[in-house]
Amino acid sequence: MFDVQAVKADFPILATTVHGGQKLVYLDSGATSQKPRQVLDAERDYYEQSNAAVHRGAHALAEAATSAFEHARARIAQFVGAQAPDLIFTKNATEGLNLSAYAFSNATAIAQWDEAIVDPRFVLKPGDSVVVTEMEHHSNLVPWQELCRKTGATLRWIPLTEDGRLDLSHLSSIIDETTRVVSVVHQSNILGTINPVREIMDQAHAVGAIGVVDACQSIPHMPVNVDALGADLLAWSGHKMLGPTGIGCLWGTPDVLSSMPPVLSGGSMIELVQMESSTYAPPPQRFEAGTPVVAQAVALSAAVDYLQALGMREVQSHEQALTEYALKGLNDLDGVRVIGPDTIVDRGSAISFVVDSLHPHDVGQVLDSRGVAVRVGHHCAWPTCRRFGVPSTTRMSPYIYNDESDIDAALEGIVAAQKYFGVK
Amino acid sequence: MELDSLYQEIILDHYKHPRGKGLLELPQGSAHHVNPTCGDEITVQVSTNAEGGLEIGYEGQGCSISQASASVLTELLTGSSVDQSQTVREAFIELMHAQGQGEPDEDVLGDAVAFAGVAKFPARVKCALLAWMALQDAEIKAGMLSKGDGS
Repeated sequence: MFDVQAVKADFPILATTVHGGQKLVYLDSGATSQKPRQVLDAERDYYEQSNAAVHRGAHALAEAATSAFEHARARIAQFVGAQAPDLIFTKNATEGLNLSAYAFSNATAIAQWDEAIVDPRFVLKPGDSVVVTEMEHHSNLVPWQELCRKTGATLRWIPLTEDGRLDLSHLSSIIDETTRVVSVVHQSNILGTINPVREIMDQAHAVGAIGVVDACQSIPHMPVNVDALGADLLAWSGHKMLGPTGIGCLWGTPDVLSSMPPVLSGGSMIELVQMESSTYAPPPQRFEAGTPVVAQAVALSAAVDYLQALGMREVQSHEQALTEYALKGLNDLDGVRVIGPDTIVDRGSAISFVVDSLHPHDVGQVLDSRGVAVRVGHHCAWPTCRRFGVPSTTRMSPYIYNDESDIDAALEGIVAAQKYFGVK
Repeated sequence: MELDSLYQEIILDHYKHPRGKGLLELPQGSAHHVNPTCGDEITVQVSTNAEGGLEIGYEGQGCSISQASASVLTELLTGSSVDQSQTVREAFIELMHAQGQGEPDEDVLGDAVAFAGVAKFPARVKCALLAWMALQDAEIKAGMLSKGDGS
């Protein structure tokens, strides 16, 4: 049985008040989640008991730190059904997606001088295409735009239907023999849509393209298995799944990771260094130059323990029930329109909406005055907003520590905003 | 938190009944500014009449604060000289950075004094300044100000 009140009690910040005594109602977990005591304790324990430089040094603490770091890698990998050597720690998901895009631009640059030493799958030229969707977060759009700018490849995208889903009716003409890489979001951060990633990855592989998935909004909220998704590369962030800021993950198949040139280079990522040139360590170290994110990895591992103890199926059911409750509540309000699927089928808990005659900034301000934290703006998905003809939206994104009373507080706040501005 | 200190009556009135909204037929300078964090947009245009007074036109979409600010600015500065517009802009920017402690001069700022409370809401200061910065840019593009004159 999922006990939301017990979960709530684990998050110290949820007991705080804002604006002189207003109870905090935190509905902005799509932006970043709050952290339970267990995660905060794990990070403190690491610094108090194990802190040292990892992968070097021959003293007790160095061994303890390395062990904690690599155990964390194994634990986080296991959470998504992966093997530890295939999991790279980054500073965030944006870095993981850039690391993927840079593999192509770096390989393309190297190939100009020595074609023999790069994997041709990563070499792009004019006439090649890169495919994304019209619901990408900027972090899974702009790096691919940049890749096209550097290589002369063409960016294509899968369009959206009116109800906020991918329009896959022309998939085989969008992902065709010119396509070298396909990068899609698993769950939209603005629409909440859960995309049929497997079908898209299969089409990518059918034409010999590399498949990349942005899993930022899915891994914190539902069971995800990397093999089932069929991607070659999968990026997500730690801070949206109860972990600390400053850490993200990039998982890749051994075949693809071992074919990718490094992005950041320097210490920790080398095999052999001479004045003329160097060779590089195998993944994951090849992609983790410099001092890695040790304390963050330990804390993220504790976050994974916390989520797994709740059970990801239970987490998903809890969120689905809240989403259904919120969608019904929003649909029952006059002058409020949900942007995105209005059923819980293949839908997560990022719930965007617009209020007639009211700008999201003003809606958010009234909600904030009542202690309700939501996100307003374009959610780093500006083209998606344009697709739906709105400059921005208000978004509530409940998580494991929210209950129906939190949704009610938001709904009451929306009505209060309509009254305040005299639009109802 | 007092919403009313942010949303003064004057601001809500300008938001619901914007003054002087619309673009100029023959602008001498035009600037399009966006607030990339929320997607608010404004285009401000300027020209001068035979007496050297400013004509201002604008179009935009955004929150009550950004749109009311454009309306107040247009009403306040239409007909004034470029020098006067700069003096008023400097006073407004100072007010926005006063963190709610500013003592605005109503003789200089007119209805714009109503935005004094906005300075207590750091996330909204950018909204209030959007049209003012676009006006400055439009004046520069029209050759009325040089870049170094920017406040």
